[in-house]
Amino acid sequence: MHEMGIANSVLEAVRTEMGLHPGMYPCKVGVRLGEMEAIDPEALRFCFEAMIQETDLASLELGIEVCPRRHRCQVCEREFIVRDYDCSCPQCSSLATLCISGNQLELAYLEVEEYGSSTVGAKSTQ
Amino acid sequence: MDRVPLERKVLSENDRIAAGLRARFQDHGVLCLNIISSPGSGKTSLLERTLESLPKHDRVAVLTGDIQTENDADRLKRFHFPVKQITTGGTCHLDARMIERHLEDWKLEDLDLLFIENVGNLVCPSSYDLGEAAKVVVLSVTEGEDKPLKYPSIFFKSDLMVLNKIDLLPYVPFDMTAAAENARKVHPGMEIVKTSCLTGNGLHEWMMWLEERRRAHKAVVEAVG
Repeated sequence: MHEMGIANSVLEAVRTEMGLHPGMYPCKVGVRLGEMEAIDPEALRFCFEAMIQETDLASLELGIEVCPRRHRCQVCEREFIVRDYDCSCPQCSSLATLCISGNQLELAYLEVEEYGSSTVGAKSTQ
Repeated sequence: MDRVPLERKVLSENDRIAAGLRARFQDHGVLCLNIISSPGSGKTSLLERTLESLPKHDRVAVLTGDIQTENDADRLKRFHFPVKQITTGGTCHLDARMIERHLEDWKLEDLDLLFIENVGNLVCPSSYDLGEAAKVVVLSVTEGEDKPLKYPSIFFKSDLMVLNKIDLLPYVPFDMTAAAENARKVHPGMEIVKTSCLTGNGLHEWMMWLEERRRAHKAVVEAVG
């Protein structure tokens, strides 16, 4: 439900960043969604596309990387992906493990192109 | 084509405001708790019973969020503590800016404890930091013991789960042990209290948890200040 707010924050960040790149236009913005963040990637994409329609950012593409929940064992330092909520260390069975990834909601990158290049207005194929 | 690294949080503006709020709460020794649940799990009832049992001179206030109506604030104002309704007008969660705006005419130096009752929703509020010291999730026994697995984010981020409406246990097929196990699967070591706001059962444990958090918070504030 809050994907619209998230999409809006992404677009605000893109506009702010573009102020630093005169003569360029944005092609693609990349975000990282942790699986613990309760953001539905398809709902986010739907909101994002609805919000850019008929605006100057209409050709902007959204790249989404979904990040699984990763923990690090505080005893043996092993890093592992948590499956089926099992947070115990697969190496030493310790329950003293800390979440190191999977709870992020981050802007990763922005791809920009110079105005006047051949791909102006066209969707990036990446 | 150039790729510019951004490497910042999507909600960095919300987080910036929340960090400011957290610093102000810390400066004034205010313990702020963000209470989250599905609609109808008993957040307002829990707050009613809490305000009812706190001493009249206690320095406590409540911000209560809903999409529409002042109903919850009206219920909570009966206890003569400062209460303000935040109506979001459609937004499914509270954000830090709403908290900042609604705190404008309250003096934080007059408060020790601030409850924020979030909009009834187990999903969206979990993404928005409000500057709170802890999130508390309320789950009622009519909802199903697998809620922590279906909505892991909020159980992962909350310090305490209040299992509410335990007076209904004889009438509903709710497995308390499984609910606790599921919550601790998502969040190992999570604290749990079991309450009925109708009969008052278990409220003592909740008030003990609250008292302990207040004591610990005060000790930290005094050590820093």
